[in-house]
Amino acid sequence: MSTIAAVSYFEPWWIQIVKAILIFAVIFGVLPILTVYERKLLGRFQHRYGPNRVGPYGLMQPLAEIVKFARKEAFRPTTSVGFLFHLAPALSILTAVGGLALIPWGGVQNILGTNVGLYGIDVSVGPLYVFALGGISFYGILLGGWASGSKYSFLGSMRAAAQLISYEVSQGLALVGVLITAQTLSLTGIVNAQRGIWYFIPQLCGFLIFMVASFAETNRAPFDLVEADAELVGGYFTEYGGTPFVAYLFAEYVNMMVVSAMAATLFLGGWLLPFGIHPPGWVDPFVVVAKMMIFMTLFIWIRATLPRLRYDQLMSFGWKILLPLATLNLLVTAIIVVA
Amino acid sequence: MAYDPGSDVIEVVRHPPRNAAASTYRIFGETLRGMKTTLARVVEGPLTIQYPEEKTPVYPRFRGRHKLHRFEDSGLEKCVGCSLCAAACPADCIRVVSAENSPETRISAGERYAAVYEINLSRCIFCGYCEIACPFDAITMGHDYEMSDYTRSDLIFTKEMLLAEPLERTPLRTEGE
Repeated sequence: MSTIAAVSYFEPWWIQIVKAILIFAVIFGVLPILTVYERKLLGRFQHRYGPNRVGPYGLMQPLAEIVKFARKEAFRPTTSVGFLFHLAPALSILTAVGGLALIPWGGVQNILGTNVGLYGIDVSVGPLYVFALGGISFYGILLGGWASGSKYSFLGSMRAAAQLISYEVSQGLALVGVLITAQTLSLTGIVNAQRGIWYFIPQLCGFLIFMVASFAETNRAPFDLVEADAELVGGYFTEYGGTPFVAYLFAEYVNMMVVSAMAATLFLGGWLLPFGIHPPGWVDPFVVVAKMMIFMTLFIWIRATLPRLRYDQLMSFGWKILLPLATLNLLVTAIIVVA
Repeated sequence: MAYDPGSDVIEVVRHPPRNAAASTYRIFGETLRGMKTTLARVVEGPLTIQYPEEKTPVYPRFRGRHKLHRFEDSGLEKCVGCSLCAAACPADCIRVVSAENSPETRISAGERYAAVYEINLSRCIFCGYCEIACPFDAITMGHDYEMSDYTRSDLIFTKEMLLAEPLERTPLRTEGE
């Protein structure tokens, strides 16, 4: 019997459920703190403190904001398409959360006599699963912009379609280099293959391409053309308010986390530590979180640094520089691995 | 003969060289330079003054809320109710009603005193003309600028309020600062 997605380690069904709830709860507990972290760090980049009034160090700020958003009136424009208008943010956040299942926080560990893999699920098509979810998440943005029945939302979603599709190609190609080197599609397998050397050194070009494409994929500055507030008011979520808006916002942050985790897993050796340090198993998730924080900080740092690209620059950069570079990287990697 | 600009001609560089390798190098190099610049801002630290707790000191000549003064030795009011301040006021926010001093109740040093002295601070433009107009230095501009209130009538300051020793809520710049 052949399976399309063979799971490399099988656990009792109840452990799967506990793991799913745990990952969801922890991520959504950390998410609000991440928004504060971004705003505070962004503030430091601009000679100011950022939110520091609500609660200790301003940590209660997201709580206050969520209460505010939740109490807003639910409304939609008369020109909007009701069903799709409500479906789009749900689609966006669902696909974003789906990506969390793939993050490998650690290897298989013995917890209270049961072998538990410290990941949501370890499928043998790991990166493809993430790309599939990313593909569906475009629909969240596209439908949201189109169903709003507003010109600017529609423009934003059109930009999103062109930008996300063109950069996903480069991202995928940059990733294939890693897959060829590791000779596996399982994310835990890729981490274990990096015991010798982390892939960002042999795959430096691929790493840089992946990072640049990731900025475009998550709609972060300098590729935030999709929501270009100066030209498009807010892009695809212009007409959204209250909780649907929060859904889009959280989807963006979850996507950032997934992309950071993917970068940490594929290029920075996942839960491995350098110089042959082998800490006890419970340290692994913290190592992954630390590596994710590096990328999160990079995301924020870049946002504080670079101005938004012009649309034609974005397109020509994606197709004329990034894509040939990614292809070249893939070819060179393939030749070296085969030869 | 046509004008020859000679060596004044500067070659205009409209864009950096257009080749992929140089562009890529430039993109990453300039990005790193920009990131260095922004990181330097983090190292410098915030410049924010946390206003309600921390205040920017004002200069001694800062024109804040008015003060009325008394003579320090006798305790008599300096204001003689001449209404010159009210006449000078461009916003017409000062109201003075004067009365005669009597030998029994002596309020000011002069012949007359201000029975009513009101400044409507919601109209005052803090120009300081009243201070200049006053022949006895009875009214001066203080340094207080935190005067917001909930009702308009609360912003009409009476003589007692203006004479009272004000809460110094504003730090003053020291010499040479």
